[in-house]
Amino acid sequence: MPVATSGIIRFEGATKVFPGRGKGAEVRAVDGVTLDIRAGEIFGVIGQSGAGKSTLVRLINALERTTGGDVVVDGTSLGSLSEARLRPVRAGIGMIFQQFNLLASRTVSGNIAYPLEVAGWSRDKREARVAELLEFVGLSDKAGVYPSTLSGGQKQRVGIARALATNPRILLADEATSALDPETTRDVLDLLQRVNRELGITVVVITHEMDVVRSICHRVAVMERGRVVEVGEAYQVFSAPNHDTTRRFVATALRDRPSPEVLARLRTRHTGHIVTVGVDEVAGSSAVLTRTLREHGVDGTVVYGGITEVAERPYGSLTVELVGDGGAVEAAVAALRAVTWVDDHGRADV
Amino acid sequence: MNQDWERLTPLLWEAAGQTAYMVLITLLIGGFLGLALGLGLYLTRPGNLLQHRFVFAVLNLAVNIVRPIPFIIFLVALGPLTRAVIGSTIGIEAFTFAMCFMATFVFARLVEQNLVSIDPGVVEAARAMGASPLRIVRTVLVPEALAPLILGYTFLFVGVLDMSAIGGYLGAGGLGDFAIVQGYRQYDWAVTAVVVVIIVVIVQAVQWLGNGLARRALRR
Repeated sequence: MPVATSGIIRFEGATKVFPGRGKGAEVRAVDGVTLDIRAGEIFGVIGQSGAGKSTLVRLINALERTTGGDVVVDGTSLGSLSEARLRPVRAGIGMIFQQFNLLASRTVSGNIAYPLEVAGWSRDKREARVAELLEFVGLSDKAGVYPSTLSGGQKQRVGIARALATNPRILLADEATSALDPETTRDVLDLLQRVNRELGITVVVITHEMDVVRSICHRVAVMERGRVVEVGEAYQVFSAPNHDTTRRFVATALRDRPSPEVLARLRTRHTGHIVTVGVDEVAGSSAVLTRTLREHGVDGTVVYGGITEVAERPYGSLTVELVGDGGAVEAAVAALRAVTWVDDHGRADV
Repeated sequence: MNQDWERLTPLLWEAAGQTAYMVLITLLIGGFLGLALGLGLYLTRPGNLLQHRFVFAVLNLAVNIVRPIPFIIFLVALGPLTRAVIGSTIGIEAFTFAMCFMATFVFARLVEQNLVSIDPGVVEAARAMGASPLRIVRTVLVPEALAPLILGYTFLFVGVLDMSAIGGYLGAGGLGDFAIVQGYRQYDWAVTAVVVVIIVVIVQAVQWLGNGLARRALRR
């Protein structure tokens, strides 16, 4: 976990209102967001499309200007800066995009060199830096080819190399994996994690996929209709979501809990007492479960569930059928409740 | 017939030279100003880099007014301005001035239409890297739209050659004038046919060149 320091990006009641088209009503894309993103962390912003997250991330490099409140990046208040004064600020923030946005008229090398040309680097320094970046993203053999010949994952790696060229302190990823297949998504997420760990770059990830948050984010903000409805450590948000929207997102990433339909099917096969038991790093592994059941002389059969990682910590649940004498099952459930959460589904009505 | 061509050949060369003069100057000046005006239209369009509702409306209206006027009428209408700038309303300079004017507006629309097809995400990426609008024009907009721009320029060439055909009206000469004066009015169909063949060959050659260059620019 990165050490928490003062916010490298601070939203202070940031608001962005787009005027309505024609006679349409104005759109409050970002509505009074106050948020601190800490240096060195991977921060996720999750929301449905239209929740305002893409606008929110564009306030950080002032591709969109606030219409109220302010955004402070690295101590610089963006609200008051002129367009010309914003350019050097933007050059210090890398950005990657869902559709990659590479220049079709330039080779891979030419694309990565672009921000260096903007920053006024000499040709020699540019060439050395481009070679270094190609090495980092594993595309040294593609230096001279045009983007159209690359796969989606390769294009995004070029995008990442380009975004890192000028050694920014912040990398913004706008739905960077949404156009990629699951395997390539994994590669790109791993690369973003390396960027964060090896280069110490603060990464802000915009996504509608809770799985992205689960795999790499330290902290997460949940957005709905321009507002942040929940923010916290990714692990906390997953294990104890407070808002309905958050719960829906968590359910999409964690499929370990049986739905009522699944439970009904389980009952047709398992006539014993069914409970769902939470597994996390506090409650320990399934070993705790096994030991507790043994101590009470209860047989347990895992019938459903799953354990995965959230923010690199174990998280999930197991649904177990318990069979034992008299009060032994009740005693075992009570003992489990002392160490973790238990959802008691009881016995089938006989 | 043979004797006729002995007399006509030098005149044909002279006419070809006049056409070359009119067409090349128009392509150069009209092409440059048209590119600038087209970029202006694109950049000031609402939602784009230098969006400016008023400037865009004025440019857009100007292009919409000038472009559909038949060239032969435009020539007359432009008379006072031509006199103010060139000092005369007849002759090859006056005619070429009017051609440059029309070509600018025709090419401006072609340029704008080709730029609109560029993915706005690419422009946004350049902005995110701190590029200024002028740099974005030079390093993103023009290179990304280069192939269609070359084809648009080839199209402009044909349009300009077409305009030059009525050069005779202002005493500017050229191949069109030659075909009418030496062919049509002399009832000498062969002369007209020769000019037609020459023009077709030129257009084919330029189109072939333009297609080739566009294909090279389109390395995708």
